[in-house]
Amino acid sequence: MSIVLHRVDERLIHGQVVLGWGSQLRPERYLVVDDDLSTSEWEQDLYRLGAGDTEVVFTSVGEARAAYPRWREDAPRSILLTRDVAAMGRLADGGTLRDAKVNLGGLHHGPGRREVLTYLHLSPEDEEVLAALDAAGVEVSAQDLPDAPRVSLKSLLGG
Amino acid sequence: MSEAPRVRGIVVGHGGMAQGLIDAVRRIAGSAADALVPLSNEGMSPAELQTALNEIAGTGPTIVFADLISGSCAMAAMVSCRGSDCRSVVCGVNLPILLDFVFHQDMPMSELVPRLVGKGRDGIRALPETA
Repeated sequence: MSIVLHRVDERLIHGQVVLGWGSQLRPERYLVVDDDLSTSEWEQDLYRLGAGDTEVVFTSVGEARAAYPRWREDAPRSILLTRDVAAMGRLADGGTLRDAKVNLGGLHHGPGRREVLTYLHLSPEDEEVLAALDAAGVEVSAQDLPDAPRVSLKSLLGG
Repeated sequence: MSEAPRVRGIVVGHGGMAQGLIDAVRRIAGSAADALVPLSNEGMSPAELQTALNEIAGTGPTIVFADLISGSCAMAAMVSCRGSDCRSVVCGVNLPILLDFVFHQDMPMSELVPRLVGKGRDGIRALPETA
């Protein structure tokens, strides 16, 4: 598989992804799946600044679901990013992400979210989506950086 | 003739970097370091960081000094400064940039920003220098 990391991180392309994970995974492409960003050229320009010479593709969730089988087979090593759990859940609709691993990398506190880890805050709706991903054969865990402990979804949800 | 307003400086970075840099400026330049406000991204979402930057910057001329061009601090700074005539972002902040800034806050932004970028670059040297 050429998608070497599926990550939920509300900061999308930023230091932890570009330097922390990027130095180990050596991505040749970022796949940013986000409905709003896919139509905002000025925001895309900002994120491209952070990506350096690495290619960045911005798509809506619907477009990503259609393109996903091709992305899995494409040559460029890719990191796929969404900025919330809901978008990753929608991408997985219909079994798109079956047997994939999803990394939860950074969701800050906000209304209705509880702190699960210092870098991870989940709403009840997030937890439902994550449980559904797990049931659909997606391996979900949290890990902000490659050398940090990986925490299983079962531990996150207290199951 | 009224004087140009003094430019404010916000240093935004990961962890304790902003506070540490400003502490270093204070040890070298004394109370001139009061021109700088530190802001850490610790525990802050991108939206919270943008809000904090907007609150500190207010309506006057402001330079936001960010640590890493690919980082969330720089991203928040660039979003915060978008469309504003009186705010600029300087990424890759270092001590020479900040020391020059605190003594040249009266310069027009249009001259000050390129000057600071040059000072930052000039401050990076490998010693002994090779041909």
